[in-house]
Amino acid sequence: MVRPRGKSHMLDYMRSNRREVIAGVVLIVLLATYIGTHPRGASTYVMTIWANQCLILGLAACAQFFAVVVRGIDLSVGAVMALTNCIGSYLLDGSAFGMAFGMVAVVAAGALCGLLNGLIIVFGRIQPIVVTLATASIFIGLALLLRPTPGGAVNYDLADGATLDVLGIPTALIITGLVVFAFWLPFRRTGLGLGLYALGSSEQAAFQSGIDTRFIRLAAFTLAGLFGGLAGLFYSFVTTTGDAGIAAGFTLNSIAAVVLGGVLLRGGVGTLVGALAGAFILKTIASLMFFSGIPSLAQPLFEGLILAIAIAIGGADVLRARNKLEVFA
Amino acid sequence: MLGRISFDAWMPFIGVIVLIVAGSFFFPQILSAEYLTQQLQIAAFLGLLATGATIVILLGHIDLSVPWVLTGAAILSTALVGSGNPILSVLAVPAALLFGALIGVVNGIGVAILRIPSMVWTLAVNSMLLGVAVLNTGGFNPKGESSQLMVTMASGDLLGLPVSFLIWITISLALTYFLIRTPFGRYLRSIGFNEKATFLSGVSTPSVVFAAFSIAGMCSALGGVMLAGYANQAYQSMGDPFLLPTIAAVVIGGTSILGGRGGLFGTIGGALFITLLTSILSVMQIGDAWRNIIFGVIILVMLLFQTLRKGAAP
Amino acid sequence: MHFGATKALDGVDFVCKAGEVHAVLGENGAGKSTLMKLIAGVIQPTQGRLRVDGKEASLNSPKTALKHGLVCMFQELSLVPDLTVRENLLLGAPGAGLGWLKGRGLDTAQSVLDRIDGADIKMSQRVADLTLPQRQQVEIAKAIMKKPRLLILDEATSALSASVVEKVFDLVREERDAGTAVLFISHRFHEIEALADRISVFRNGQCVATFAKGAHDYGEIIDMMVGQKIEELFPEKSPHRNEAEVVLDVRNFSWEGQVRDVSVTVRQGEIVGLGGLDGQGQGAFLMGLFGLLRKADGTTAISGQPGEIKSPKAAKHQDVALAYIPEDRKTEGLILDQSIEENLELAALGRSDLNAGDAGLYAGTLDQLALKHGGLHLPVSSLSGGNQQKVVLAKWLALKPRCLLLADPTRGIDVKTKTEIYAILRQLADQGTAILLLSTDYEELIQLCDETHVFFNGEIVASLSGDDLTPQNIIAATLNVSSEGRVNGATEGQVAHA
Repeated sequence: MVRPRGKSHMLDYMRSNRREVIAGVVLIVLLATYIGTHPRGASTYVMTIWANQCLILGLAACAQFFAVVVRGIDLSVGAVMALTNCIGSYLLDGSAFGMAFGMVAVVAAGALCGLLNGLIIVFGRIQPIVVTLATASIFIGLALLLRPTPGGAVNYDLADGATLDVLGIPTALIITGLVVFAFWLPFRRTGLGLGLYALGSSEQAAFQSGIDTRFIRLAAFTLAGLFGGLAGLFYSFVTTTGDAGIAAGFTLNSIAAVVLGGVLLRGGVGTLVGALAGAFILKTIASLMFFSGIPSLAQPLFEGLILAIAIAIGGADVLRARNKLEVFA
Repeated sequence: MLGRISFDAWMPFIGVIVLIVAGSFFFPQILSAEYLTQQLQIAAFLGLLATGATIVILLGHIDLSVPWVLTGAAILSTALVGSGNPILSVLAVPAALLFGALIGVVNGIGVAILRIPSMVWTLAVNSMLLGVAVLNTGGFNPKGESSQLMVTMASGDLLGLPVSFLIWITISLALTYFLIRTPFGRYLRSIGFNEKATFLSGVSTPSVVFAAFSIAGMCSALGGVMLAGYANQAYQSMGDPFLLPTIAAVVIGGTSILGGRGGLFGTIGGALFITLLTSILSVMQIGDAWRNIIFGVIILVMLLFQTLRKGAAP
Repeated sequence: MHFGATKALDGVDFVCKAGEVHAVLGENGAGKSTLMKLIAGVIQPTQGRLRVDGKEASLNSPKTALKHGLVCMFQELSLVPDLTVRENLLLGAPGAGLGWLKGRGLDTAQSVLDRIDGADIKMSQRVADLTLPQRQQVEIAKAIMKKPRLLILDEATSALSASVVEKVFDLVREERDAGTAVLFISHRFHEIEALADRISVFRNGQCVATFAKGAHDYGEIIDMMVGQKIEELFPEKSPHRNEAEVVLDVRNFSWEGQVRDVSVTVRQGEIVGLGGLDGQGQGAFLMGLFGLLRKADGTTAISGQPGEIKSPKAAKHQDVALAYIPEDRKTEGLILDQSIEENLELAALGRSDLNAGDAGLYAGTLDQLALKHGGLHLPVSSLSGGNQQKVVLAKWLALKPRCLLLADPTRGIDVKTKTEIYAILRQLADQGTAILLLSTDYEELIQLCDETHVFFNGEIVASLSGDDLTPQNIIAATLNVSSEGRVNGATEGQVAHA
């Protein structure tokens, strides 16, 4: 039996990933507008600054993705970033070996935070939203212990290496590419990767299929913590200081980012790429605002409005439902 | 259902007693009437917010617009009073309440009609309110002042008890009565468990959602008014520190974050507990860092207690 | 395997041998699914032991059961809706762990699909987009792919057409011949006839008998399953009254192409049936009458009063007084987490003319239906399926509806409860309530209904009553062949339900 390949494969892929495709298109449009309106245009300098800002939120959005895809939420993403950032402000300077160790330690710390979340959620049988709310407090407290006031240092060469460019392409974009192609695409095809979706989509079906739901959930939140650590690490490179106060903005923005990127809060739907795209879109809008000539006082309102409209549009197709029962999950 | 207060709802009250007893070993002044009534006064601010939040959480939703509804109401009321016009002054508090109800309706539109997850929509609404406020005040502290009424609501005394506390308790009682005496409370919980089945039973679930968010909005607004009365002005980001403690107060009080289970009684305990905990930690002069850590740990412990109890029951 | 458990299963000893198809028969609520769930590791026995290959085994999770080679195809499908067919199969492939998924068994799965007419299912399709028969086909492929030592088919072919079922049976026979033990649950007698080597009959949580096929005939087996005669199932129909008042008059109802120009009249004392294959518009029609559909055309008149029913709330109002018993009692008819009491009161709460807290509103119905419960304050999830449906009925009958709309109310319910429900429906009809009954059970459409309309492709293709109301005519109309069309064994197998 000849199975159709190629084109219809593509169409099927696009149809099942239409949210990401839309997000991607929106991002390209926004980016083009941004480059167009920016006084310095499409220069490496502009792109690098843009990419750095995007990647920080992007990694935070990745962290949130892992929690959301298993039908949970992680309110400690920002706090993990703050904590790992502060750890980094101590360790990311010194000998080459010391810095290498420091990088690993920072990311490991993030993973440990995530593991703690996971353990309490799975074995304490408490809802993720409440657990991460509490642990966020703990992580921020730890961050404050390390850095009561912003300070510390990160080796400038290391920081530059991560946040400038390679042959004209912003390093941040290269890192993004690595995350997508070297991590996500293979991961998506492993039992763990698919297991995440299975758990979020239908815990019952996953369980009956012999999937170890407890382990998968633990893994999901550990991954969330790990990416939170990566976000904190990159933040350290960008700002070269440790600051315990950065948490709140990133947590809520990471939620907005994943939603914009087509990841459904009910779990089982969405991709890491979507989360990244959502984060990039948010940051590009903010940057656009900055250069658009809209008075700075009005910018927060515009950002909020755009976020609201984007979300509302996403929800509006519910209005077309002719059978009233369809709107209930 | 009627007056059946779950054991989980008593827990925070027990916690309050434990805190007072334990704290008094280190700081005997905790047992003074002055200190305790001050705690009641302060707890009312958080308590009002948590009371409104409980209604929404029972529904299975969440209201993340609390910070800026609070701030917005504070800005609005102090601006009206600060205008100098006596008529506007009198309208300050009602206008703030109306503002809260209106934002509640906006929340309801997103959640009930557009079916956007409440977490996302109320977050967006919060964002927009922030934007409006920044635009309006130019980023500075809003100019304005509180009326005598607002100050009394926040700091006055009546029969030895703080007015703010009395207002909070009265509103809680009134809401409890409303929840028990009308089908509203039952509808809230039923929707929290299963909206589809509730709808099919002939309940207008959108109306319930609108009402719940409006009540929550008004509670947030009232909280903002009282805080403005307490500080005699409104200030930027006055609402931000309240969001997470509000949710914590509700959850510690035994209300399930998934909806359906819980009630206002536990929330009262939760708000008292968190207020007392924060206060004692500050009396002990514990720094910001440890305060955060202890706060988080204690919430986890309370939640784990709830799980243990559930595990014990068949 | 020896086996014993309590509660849903009571002191059951059960043995399953390799290289044999062992059929388990029993009506709904008899304990068959519980037994299968125990073997599959989904639940654990409260008493008794399990032995696999003569050795004690503790099947504490589906994962463990799968390791022993015990593969189960559940009634509630184990496919993840948001993933594609391919991804679901990858997850279920033998040796699939957390690492790289190699998809070794995919060729087997594909060839199975090809054999059972599932070649048109694309690997890249999302399971949520597949129809129910297609999902069952994928489930079968997934199960065979795991190379089971014991294969359990729990109502695994309920949505498949007769020809596909035959091909599945060929596969099963091959598995048996290769040494696999097969457990086959069904309540369709002809399927058991075709496939089984040995038969066990369950009733009320106990294994009543085990015997080789052919040892007992159809009648004896039915007796073992049911314990009562079928003739007693349905109450007597009342004589037809043409002058009776028209309670419900629907004209030219249309919606979204799924319902086309349907007109139905129900008089006082009548039970009108709606039949047809799944999804031919009868379900949508019923929902539309209750106000669940937007942009529907047509007119509805209740007791002569024309009205537009825009929502369930409007339908419930005392001037209209419609009631709707939804298809899925667990997710639509009841709130499982709440108590029986709270569930009973939920509909009456919104009626200003009723006091929902008055237990007398429900007592009559509950007594008549003989509801067995341990206390009204207990969660309704503690009740059996049949008793749960009784609660749904009591909830709505408390409102004294003029017209009762029922969407397949006896699906998955034991025979005793069915009798009780039929009795109360007939009594309500005699007292003047108009009853519109959607059913997938022919016996109901024939024995209980005064008139039956059969839907096909959104339209009513046949309205049968009196002497016309015969199985042949219903089947013919269901398949939209003329009533003189031949009805052969294959189609009867496709549409008949026990």
